[in-house]
Amino acid sequence: MINIVLLTLLVVIAIAIIRMKDLFAAVMLAGIYGLLSASFFVVMDAVDVAFTEAAVGAGISTLLMFVVITMTGRKEKSIRHKPLPALFVVIITGGLLIYGTLDMPYFGSEDAPIHNHTSPRYINDSMQEIGIPNIVTSVLASYRAFDTFGEVVVIFTAGIGVLTLLSIARTKKNDEEIESINDSMHQQHLVVRIIAKMLIPFIFLFALYVQFHGDFGPGGGFQAGVIFASAIILYAMLFGLVTARKVINQIFIQLIAALGVLLYGSVGIVSLMNGGNFFDYNVLSSNPITGQHLGILLIEWGVGCTVASVIVVIFFNFAGRRELQQHKKPSQDKESSK
Amino acid sequence: MITHLPILQVITPLMAAPICLLLNRSQLVWMFSLLASGLAFLISILLLQQVMISGVISYELGGWQAPWGIEYRIDKLNAFLLLIISGISTVVLVAAQTSIEKEIPKDKYTYFYVLYLLSLTGMLGIVATGDAFNVFVFLEISSLSAYALIAMGQKRQALWASYQYLIMGTIGATFILIGIGLMYQMTGTLNMADLSQRLPEVAQTRTVFVSFVFVIVGVCLKLAMFPLHLWLPNAYAYAPSIVTAFFAATATKVAVYLLIRFTFSVFGLSFSFTTIPLQTLFMALGLIGIFIASATAIYQKNVKHIFAYSSIAQIGYMIVGFSLSTVTGLTATLLHMFNHALMKGAIFLALAAVIYRVGNVELNHFRGLGRQMPLTMAAIVIGGLSLIGVPLTVGFVSKWYLLTALVEQGWWPIAVLILLGSMLAVVYVWRIVEVAYFKAPLDENIKVKEAPVSFLIPIWTLVIANIYFGIDTRLSVQVAKGAAQSLFGVSP
Amino acid sequence: MIIGLFNHWVVIILMMIGLYIVIAHGNLIKKLVGLTIFQTSVFIFYISIAKVDGGTAPILADGITQYSNPLPHVLILTAIVVGIATTALGLSLVVRIKETYKSIEEEEIQQQDNEEQLTKHKTEDSA
Repeated sequence: MINIVLLTLLVVIAIAIIRMKDLFAAVMLAGIYGLLSASFFVVMDAVDVAFTEAAVGAGISTLLMFVVITMTGRKEKSIRHKPLPALFVVIITGGLLIYGTLDMPYFGSEDAPIHNHTSPRYINDSMQEIGIPNIVTSVLASYRAFDTFGEVVVIFTAGIGVLTLLSIARTKKNDEEIESINDSMHQQHLVVRIIAKMLIPFIFLFALYVQFHGDFGPGGGFQAGVIFASAIILYAMLFGLVTARKVINQIFIQLIAALGVLLYGSVGIVSLMNGGNFFDYNVLSSNPITGQHLGILLIEWGVGCTVASVIVVIFFNFAGRRELQQHKKPSQDKESSK
Repeated sequence: MITHLPILQVITPLMAAPICLLLNRSQLVWMFSLLASGLAFLISILLLQQVMISGVISYELGGWQAPWGIEYRIDKLNAFLLLIISGISTVVLVAAQTSIEKEIPKDKYTYFYVLYLLSLTGMLGIVATGDAFNVFVFLEISSLSAYALIAMGQKRQALWASYQYLIMGTIGATFILIGIGLMYQMTGTLNMADLSQRLPEVAQTRTVFVSFVFVIVGVCLKLAMFPLHLWLPNAYAYAPSIVTAFFAATATKVAVYLLIRFTFSVFGLSFSFTTIPLQTLFMALGLIGIFIASATAIYQKNVKHIFAYSSIAQIGYMIVGFSLSTVTGLTATLLHMFNHALMKGAIFLALAAVIYRVGNVELNHFRGLGRQMPLTMAAIVIGGLSLIGVPLTVGFVSKWYLLTALVEQGWWPIAVLILLGSMLAVVYVWRIVEVAYFKAPLDENIKVKEAPVSFLIPIWTLVIANIYFGIDTRLSVQVAKGAAQSLFGVSP
Repeated sequence: MIIGLFNHWVVIILMMIGLYIVIAHGNLIKKLVGLTIFQTSVFIFYISIAKVDGGTAPILADGITQYSNPLPHVLILTAIVVGIATTALGLSLVVRIKETYKSIEEEEIQQQDNEEQLTKHKTEDSA
């Protein structure tokens, strides 16, 4: 009954978020919501999903929201502008959904249609057809590789979208000014900086482990990418964006993001050239199983590269915008009201 | 390679997008995008030919059999849509480089083309796929790139419009996700063809009914069908002109396609039109949409707003044709999708040219443009006539089919209403004509030049297409009718 | 029936709380928080229909015969990525809106737009 407890907690948190006027607290709660749903996913046997949700829902998205709140202010205006129409929509939609549940197969029942049509093949044959124990990875990277390709393109699109909205042509002078201020500020966190410096290599190592371990346990390119990016973000937070940017150049990250998508797509194109269908890994090698392994390895790297670099790009641009706003009043007048 | 055409259709613009980011030289990126889009257009022509001759093409991605892997399934309906989307995209791209000069900062050029190609990819992917979840993924690719493209508009309103679109679009997509989840729960499959086999068994369940409602509502949000249209006018009006031209001509068509695909192919005709009063509901909403949107268009002061509201009205016509659930009605809808793409493509490109020369599209800045930019204004007039449905333009053909379909069913009063709705179009088109041709310029000293050739070529390509397909209807009618018949399971 | 469906009902309540926040609140960040909750709850729904009683995580191991359904897991992995992509883009819009409108409250933004529209039309009419 642990799932009931978790769900109840989720409801409590969600209601608290409605009532919370302080955005900082609301975002914090949303992060906890993400973490709790990740725990729920573990109870539901979805370990891969739990891993990702913990990294994304509780990690990246909370972090981004915090960065934005520092720019926009943390108080919500107390007017809730249309509670009645909202309540109306919600009651209709929710009522409809509840009505829909009445004919649903019961929770956890074995004979539900979804467990008896397509999934038996994934469970029973994936070992012979793909040859790796983690079925989720088999389905994700081979049976439904094209969805995952779409997912990589989605994250790539988001990266480019954030770049168009937030990237600023930076001048060297600006950077130096910001850097000098940052240096004085970051001096205070000397202990944290030293510890982080020791930690970061291990985070990278863990990212690599997750990247390769996806075939056997929870993990894979996406999770590895997020962990990798988080190490870089940690570095940027403690040593200042300008320093971080010196280590990892923005243009270079963009390049990696594009190359990740291209790497993923090229696997498909190579299988076309070898006479198979798009993403047919069997033809990549004389032995189909080796081909599958090779294909999955390559596309996971494509995913990892794109995800890591896009998340770094997103963070750098949010934080860069913030630094510029704080240290120098940007010339907004030309953009605003015409 | 010919067997791989379905996937090449989507993969060409998709792979071109990251390559554009690597090239990073504006002129080069533009030519490369044009090449990629042109190639996609070529592929769509070949696909349509192949489908017309030999019927449905199925392509198994990853070599995995259909319900286990993802299938691309091209029939007449989506081949037709692929042709419209990639064709319009290519024509619009010709004018892109000149147009964005005035509207987008130089350092964002590359991003613009990358997003444009991604948006194209998303739309092509939605249309080509035969897998319900894959629809969701590509829907998000096209939506995310659309939000970013719209936000690139010059005014701050573009940001606000984009945000509102993002919220509405994401709610719509999540509704679709819920619908797909319920469908999957009851059948155990995500493949559309397989779903259509397995859904009838469970058609009586309340869960399937709810899943149908959620998919339809989600699609209608994306479709900007009245009364869910509120995000559209500002999104179109404040986006960069090229983006408006591309989206106005294609994006809503993709949503109409999804509506048709889910009701006719996945849930099946008898389910869709018997379980809920879809016919009455859609007919009513379509008609109200036509009247309210057209009437609103009349009172707009910004010409982009006028035509944005007109787009919502035109969606109404498509919905009315769809709601008849007859072969002729559906043919009218499909024809109108094709024709509307041609009209709105031409009109919004011409507006892009006006923005390029005049700087904005407020109605009172159109004074005297009839003489100063004769070719551009002529294009808007012909496009407008086509919107009204004047003979010898494509608009007439689709209206004719719609009226025939209504009369076939004995819906005389509705047919009259449709004609009345067209009269409203006369009013808003006339307002523009009046200002442009019969009013003296605001300032006689400012000389406005005719649009550059890079605009005139794509604009007039579309205008000529408007007239050509209005006279020689064989090609468009044959394909639309074929597609409609195969959806009804009638052999042609 | 109550035990069999209870799980789904709670998940629906979660979805609706998310949707309510999106529609009822005027603060742009709060709306995005609501959207995240709405989406996350849909993910919870997908994952709970994948559960089989007595099943384990779908990673093949000796001696285990009952696995939970792997396909919804795959779908939701994709959907989570789509969700974070949307959030990131939405947040960057919020940052830009704050810069140009000096506000992140829906009402204030709408009001500024309306006023701008009015003054523009007034000057045009007098011209």
